[in-house]
Amino acid sequence: MTSQASAVGLPQGSRHRSSSRYLLLHSVEAIGKYILLIFFSAFFILPWVWMISTSLKNPQELAVWPPIWIPNPIRWDNYAQAFAQAEFSRFFLNTLSIALPSVVGALLSNSLVAYGFARIRWPGRDAVFAIVLATMILPGFVTFIPLYVIFHRLGWINTYAPLVVPIYFASPFFIFLLRQFFMGLPAELSDAAKVDGASEFDIFWRVILPLARPALAVVALFQFIGSWNDYFGPLIYLNDKSLYTVSLGIANMRGVYGFSNYAWIMAATVMSIVPIIVLFFFVQRTFIEGIALTGLKG
Amino acid sequence: MTLNLRLRRLTREERRTLLYGLLFISPWAFGFLAFRVVPFFMSLYYSFTFYPILESPRWIGLANFRNLFTDGRFLSSLYNTAYFAFFAVPLGACFGILLAMLLNMKVKGLSVWRTIFYLPSITPVVATALVWLWMFNPRGGIINYILSLVGLRGPGWLGDPMWAKPALILMSLWGVGTAVVIYLAALQDVPRELLEASQLDGANVLQRIRYITLPMISPVILFNVITGLIGAFQYFTEVHVMTGGSGSPADSTLMMSVYLWQSAFQFFKMGYASAQAWVMFVIIVIFTAIMFRVSGRMVYYGGR
Repeated sequence: MTSQASAVGLPQGSRHRSSSRYLLLHSVEAIGKYILLIFFSAFFILPWVWMISTSLKNPQELAVWPPIWIPNPIRWDNYAQAFAQAEFSRFFLNTLSIALPSVVGALLSNSLVAYGFARIRWPGRDAVFAIVLATMILPGFVTFIPLYVIFHRLGWINTYAPLVVPIYFASPFFIFLLRQFFMGLPAELSDAAKVDGASEFDIFWRVILPLARPALAVVALFQFIGSWNDYFGPLIYLNDKSLYTVSLGIANMRGVYGFSNYAWIMAATVMSIVPIIVLFFFVQRTFIEGIALTGLKG
Repeated sequence: MTLNLRLRRLTREERRTLLYGLLFISPWAFGFLAFRVVPFFMSLYYSFTFYPILESPRWIGLANFRNLFTDGRFLSSLYNTAYFAFFAVPLGACFGILLAMLLNMKVKGLSVWRTIFYLPSITPVVATALVWLWMFNPRGGIINYILSLVGLRGPGWLGDPMWAKPALILMSLWGVGTAVVIYLAALQDVPRELLEASQLDGANVLQRIRYITLPMISPVILFNVITGLIGAFQYFTEVHVMTGGSGSPADSTLMMSVYLWQSAFQFFKMGYASAQAWVMFVIIVIFTAIMFRVSGRMVYYGGR
C-alpha cells in the first residue's frame, strides 16, 4: 500500500497520514481479535477449571463465599474414593463392552451400505438414497416406545443388545459420510479390478476399503464417542446397577449423594471425560476433518 | 405386478447391478424396516390406544390427543421447548458464526483456539450437565460469583422458574464447538478474490460480511440451524440429569421429551406418550419444511 502510494508520487504528508491510519486500523483489528478470542475462551475454559478445582476440594470448602479456586490441602484421594464408591472400573468395562462392538458394527454395516450407494449404479438407487437422507429428520422419540416394546418381547431389556444390535444395521449419517468419500475415489480403480476378474465384494474389500481408512477412522471415532456419551439408551434399557455405563453411573451418583459431597461427583465426572480427551489429542486431525466433512452437505 | 413388468424391461447388466446394489444396502434396508418403519406405524397405532405397558393396547380413538391439549403440563412442555429452541438455536448460530469468523482472521495458534472451542462438544452430556449444575449453584457457584465481581446480584438460576430456562440456554452455548468447526470450514472456502475485489470497490467490513461472506456460507447455516432445531426439540439429557427427570422447578424445564419420558417410564402410559411423540414429530416436520421453504429465497447454492 505505502510503496504504491510513493510510486504514484503522492505528496509526503498524505502518504504518511494514510499509512499511519492503515497501520492503526490494522493493529486495532489485530489486538481486537485476540482480546475477543481470549474473552470467549474464558467462557469455554471456566467450566474445566471449576470442575477440576471442585474435584479436589474438601467437603467444607464446597459451598463457601467467595469460592475457593485452589483447595488447601488438595484432596487427590477424592478420585480414589469416587472410583471405589461408584464402582467405576465396572462402569468403564461396561461402557467399553458396548462401545467396541458398536464400532465394529458401524464400520462393517455403514461401509457396505455406502458402497452400495456410491460405487454400484443400480436402477432406483438415487430414490432410495433420498429415503436414507429423509430418515435423518425422524426423531428418535417417535420410535422409542415401540422399540422398547419390541425389545421387551425379545427379552432384551436389561441387556446390551438394544444398544448394540441396531448399530449393525447402518445409520443414515454414517452412510452419507462414507458415501461422499467413496464417490471421490476414481472409477478406474473398480474398472481395473473388474478387468482382472474381481467380484463386486472383492473390489469393496480389497480396493475401496483400504483406501477409505481416513473416512473409516471418522466413523469409528464418532461411533465410539456416541456410545461412550450415550445416556438415553442406557437409561431406558438398563435396570441393574451392575450393568450401568459411565454416563448413567455418574448421573446416578448425583441422585445418591445429591449435593452432600459434590467433590466426589466432580472427580467421577473428570474420570468419565479423560478417555475422550485422550482420544481427541491422539486423533485430533481426524476429528476436525470428519466434522468439516459432515458440514459439506450439498 | 408392475414391479415385475419393469424388472423384465431391465437388461441383464441392469438386473445384475440391481441385485448387487440391493445386496450391499440390505443391512440398511432391514434396519430401516425393523427399527424405523415398523416402530413408526406401531407408534401411530399406540397413539390412539390406552396402553399401560403391562396390558395390551385398547383403542380409544382421539382421546389421547384431546387430553393432551387440555393437559396443563403438556402445554407448558410445549411452551418450554419453544422458548428454549427460540433462543438457543439463533443464539447458537450467531455465536458459532462469530467465533468461526474470528478464527478465520489469520489468527496465530488456530488449532489451540479451535481445540478450546471444540472440546466441550465431545464431552459427555452428563458430565457437562453435572458441571454446570454446580456452576449455577446460587450459594457456592462460580457464575453468581463472577456476576458479583461486576456488581450484579445473580438470580437463583436452576432454582428459579424464571431463570431456569435462560440457564439451560447459556449452558447450550458451551456446546457450540461442532458448529464452529463446520462454519470455519465453510468460511475457508469463500473465495479470497471475491472479498478482495469488494474491498477495492470500497465495501467495508460489515458490507463484506452481509453481502459476500454470509450468502456464501448460507447453505451451511441452513444445515446447522435445521439440525440445531431438531436437536432442540428433543432436548432431554441435560434436563434429565440436572433435575433428576422432574423438569423442576415448577415444571419450568419440563421439555416435550422429558414429559414424554415421564409418561412412558414413570406413569407407564405408553399410548399417551406415543401421542406426545407424534405431536413432536409433526412439529419437527412442519418446522423443517418451513426452514426449507424460507431458505429457498435466502440460501445461495453457487452454480447448482
